[in-house]
Amino acid sequence: MTLALDDVKRIAHLARIEVSDQEAEGYLKQLSGIFALVEEMQAVDTTGVEPMAHAQEVTQRLRDDAVTETDLHAAFQAVAPQTEDGLYLVPKVIE
Amino acid sequence: MQWEVVIGLETHAQLNTNSKIFSGASTAFGAAPNAQACAVDIALPGVLPVLNRGAVEKAVKFGLAIGAKINRKSIFARKNYFYPDLPKGYQISQFELPIVAEGELTIQLPPSTSSGQGYEKTVRITRAHLEEDAGKSLHEDFHGMTGIDLNRAGTPLLEIVSEPDMRSAAEAVAYAKALHSLVRWIGICDGNMQEGSFRCDANVSVRPKGQEAYGTRCEIKNLNSFKFLEKAIEFEVRRQIELIEDGGRVVQETRLYDPDRDETRSMRSKEEANDYRYFPDPDLLPLVVDEAFLDAARKTLVELPREMCERFEKELELSHYDATTLTATFDRAIYFDRAVMSLGNKNAKLCANWVTGEFSARLNREGKEILFEATRDKWLLVDPASQSSKQEDLPELPISPSQLGKLVVRIADGTITNNIAKKVFDAMWAGEGDADAIIEAKGLKQVSDVGAIEKIVDEILAANPGQVAEYRSGKDKVFGFFVGQAMKASKGKANPAQLNEILKKKLAG
Amino acid sequence: MLNASLKQLSALLAEGKLSSVELTQSFLDRIGQLNPSLNAFITVDREKSLAQARAADELRAKGGAGALTGIPVAQKDIFCAQGWLTTCGSKMLHNFVSPYDAHVIEQFNRAGAVNLGKTNMDEFAMGSSNETSYYGKVKNPWNLDAVPGGSSGGSAAAVAARLAPAATGTDTGGSIRQPAALTGITGLKPTYGVVSRYGMIAFASSLDQGGPMARSAEDCALLLNTMAGFDRRDSTSLEREKEDYARDLDQPLAGLKIGLPKEFFAEGLSADVAKAVEAAIAEYRKLGAETVEVSLPNSKLAIPVYYVLAPAEASSNLSRFDGVRYGHRAPEYTDLLDMYCKSRAQGFGSEVKRRIMIGTYVLSHGYYDAYYLQAQKLRRLIAQDFVEAFKHCDVIMGPTAPSTAFNIGEKSDDPVSMYLSDIYTIAVNLAGLPGMSVPCGFGGNGLPVGLQIIGNYFSEARMLNVAHQYQQATDWHQQMPGGI
Repeated sequence: MTLALDDVKRIAHLARIEVSDQEAEGYLKQLSGIFALVEEMQAVDTTGVEPMAHAQEVTQRLRDDAVTETDLHAAFQAVAPQTEDGLYLVPKVIE
Repeated sequence: MQWEVVIGLETHAQLNTNSKIFSGASTAFGAAPNAQACAVDIALPGVLPVLNRGAVEKAVKFGLAIGAKINRKSIFARKNYFYPDLPKGYQISQFELPIVAEGELTIQLPPSTSSGQGYEKTVRITRAHLEEDAGKSLHEDFHGMTGIDLNRAGTPLLEIVSEPDMRSAAEAVAYAKALHSLVRWIGICDGNMQEGSFRCDANVSVRPKGQEAYGTRCEIKNLNSFKFLEKAIEFEVRRQIELIEDGGRVVQETRLYDPDRDETRSMRSKEEANDYRYFPDPDLLPLVVDEAFLDAARKTLVELPREMCERFEKELELSHYDATTLTATFDRAIYFDRAVMSLGNKNAKLCANWVTGEFSARLNREGKEILFEATRDKWLLVDPASQSSKQEDLPELPISPSQLGKLVVRIADGTITNNIAKKVFDAMWAGEGDADAIIEAKGLKQVSDVGAIEKIVDEILAANPGQVAEYRSGKDKVFGFFVGQAMKASKGKANPAQLNEILKKKLAG
Repeated sequence: MLNASLKQLSALLAEGKLSSVELTQSFLDRIGQLNPSLNAFITVDREKSLAQARAADELRAKGGAGALTGIPVAQKDIFCAQGWLTTCGSKMLHNFVSPYDAHVIEQFNRAGAVNLGKTNMDEFAMGSSNETSYYGKVKNPWNLDAVPGGSSGGSAAAVAARLAPAATGTDTGGSIRQPAALTGITGLKPTYGVVSRYGMIAFASSLDQGGPMARSAEDCALLLNTMAGFDRRDSTSLEREKEDYARDLDQPLAGLKIGLPKEFFAEGLSADVAKAVEAAIAEYRKLGAETVEVSLPNSKLAIPVYYVLAPAEASSNLSRFDGVRYGHRAPEYTDLLDMYCKSRAQGFGSEVKRRIMIGTYVLSHGYYDAYYLQAQKLRRLIAQDFVEAFKHCDVIMGPTAPSTAFNIGEKSDDPVSMYLSDIYTIAVNLAGLPGMSVPCGFGGNGLPVGLQIIGNYFSEARMLNVAHQYQQATDWHQQMPGGI
């Protein structure tokens, strides 16, 4: 599989990371090297193997439906870039 | 060309849990901004989700109520995209293995001018899965910026996906109403559409009649009233047909309904080809629902609409039509059930006639719907078109089920005539008190005293010799004139059967 | 005092020969003196640490002291600690003062331990050399031109240079064991699920595990007793009975069966490391252990599998760093999209961006099955190799890293060669097994070599016993870097 510059730019956009053309070239080279390494996986026949998503074969524990949290928004917003009237502010969202 | 409309709905029902699906923050509506957004909800670095048992129970209840397959093992996945009201940069949802699969819901279409006779239809439900709601973006002007309130973030949602089984806006609305009724019926969602607890996305396409392949569909997002759902679909159908007939092509896209202009428009923000990069959430383990969990959920299920309908037919001997009409919506079904219960299950037919007749007509005239608030055991009047009112502010319904029952009793036992009962009903609606008090205060009791009726009849015959002569000469039609005069004189209270008998006897001479 | 074990320090505190304030003060002084050349700490807060030390002394005076009361412990800057700057080695969190405590921090606080400061680390734990930290490279105390390993390189350097008696680390692909090996200290990555991940900033959720880093197995056992424990706030935390990880330390090793995976002693292992590891195994035979050859045939795939799964999870885990609620927001931007793209481009370093890009790509439409799903299937095969191997042995041993510490800058331009430094450690994370690194000698360049001990699920007490008995018979773990 070969990676093209457009792929790098598309991925960067999906990941919301600004890259210059020059940076994209650099990523292209490094990512291509990593994907060459990753290609080794394709040689193995994994027919019938159950994918392993977790390290332990356990099931989800359930929490009782009770309110346990209090209002800490002032503490949380002390480290926020921009807030007003308890709201986080962001550049205008256009629907 | 004849066109066929194809509609499928994706419905988001907020589950009425106390706490959020993955955190212990409150889900109560209307708190100060971000006051109910805890560390997990705002996605601080290092925090982790833990699943709420209540949300799982409610999803399972829904699955049981639509006769669905409950997946014993289901998986939570991450749907990745950036949006300011989505704090983690991904929504935890279910993708490949949802908790509920393959159910169905039967809907009733009433007779109407457009669709003709009423009919029943079964809509297949593909799946229902658990996921978390996003926060809210407030677009009021904050110096040209948008405010983000994450109180809603993490509220449990059940997304219910139907097959594209509906063929008209009316069917889509009937399905949405039946679903709305059901989630409230089984107590998993408060159904408050004004607050966004129940909202629909409609997938709409058209195809030439007889063609098997579906046309290209558009998804209309966030329809939060039945009226908007209907109007949005109707507009979208017209738009698509006109587009194709003009030689154009429908483009698959997400559209937004603008109620002010009554039109749908393309949503620019969603235009970008979405690549959500779903993968199983490594922070959450497989959700396993065992037999004991299912049994417990089954035990908490109330009588379902279709079961209540059968009971009305079998035990109350109502017609299938009456029974289905009465159980079409949760509130009216419970209203009738409580009314007829207050009658000891007697006079069910008469009671049904009153609920589907005078009672419903009254609501229609006023443009109101009834709302049963189970927690406070209160009956409220709601205006479905209004967007604002909180439940606590809604007026109470003036006639409770048992009050209606008392009115029905008085008709059945001959105390008042059916016509007089309508007056009593109006007075009850106006808040003048119980049926008996009104009948007493206004002297509306039916007159069944033979002597009193004979006296009235004698006076009328004496006052109208001409008409008496006509009748006796063979003009039977004049009989109605005497009935009218006698009723007028008795202020409608004369027992109609007795009056007829006495009139006939006296006129015969 | 610098070379005293935790048990000895605890005894001194208990006997009243030393106060926590004195102990903490002396380590803070040493940090003040040596940290400028090592850069092992990102944040040191004398006042906060000393306040905790005073509280510990008061607790002791009231008779409420436990084994770790008053003991200073350096915390990897990946653990959120209330009121402490918690950066995760990133510019993205340069201003993030945590409003809450991680479970691990709570456990240490409950035990009365003193937070000695937040240690440097590879940015978001992504790295094997501690060169990716926004707060500067960490130096290896044995040779200031060499890397200390990573990502828990700050903790490793701090313990090796005696700036802290003990520290915490996290290990996603070797981030406790590899730096422990490269700095000559002892580190343990527990079975996945033994230590809560709550408040530990996520890199790859299905692989991350916190653990102790100290000079000896005995110290690690004491630390793990505090760190381990069920936590309802982490769905992957395992509900198990509390155990004493020090309970078996003194058991003799006669009859111990050591599995030696032939794949761990093949091409790619440098000769000096092989020699030290073989000598250690010879020592174990002297202690009564038997060795048996085992095979982990799929372990060669561990690196490709890891470099699909870990970046995939990371790409999603790091989406929350968007400049909206905390962390870095670009000072200038044109609109929302631009704010996201610039904040993240400025806030993340190049290795983090690289891994986010890899992860985004392997999860994207059209590649999921070939990469992510295939990697998950291979993960199972890798885990099954261990199940098979443990039918024939009690513990598995081999090298922790293929070579001793390499020089700063040597591999930083070649990600693939850097990734290969975790070749022996990664499979353990994929399987969710516990793994340790124990100092076992020095390489040709005079830098430490680590022996890796891999145990079966939940066999931490046995592994610590195996390590402790070796440390009773040898003194590699007591060697101290000469230059400092």
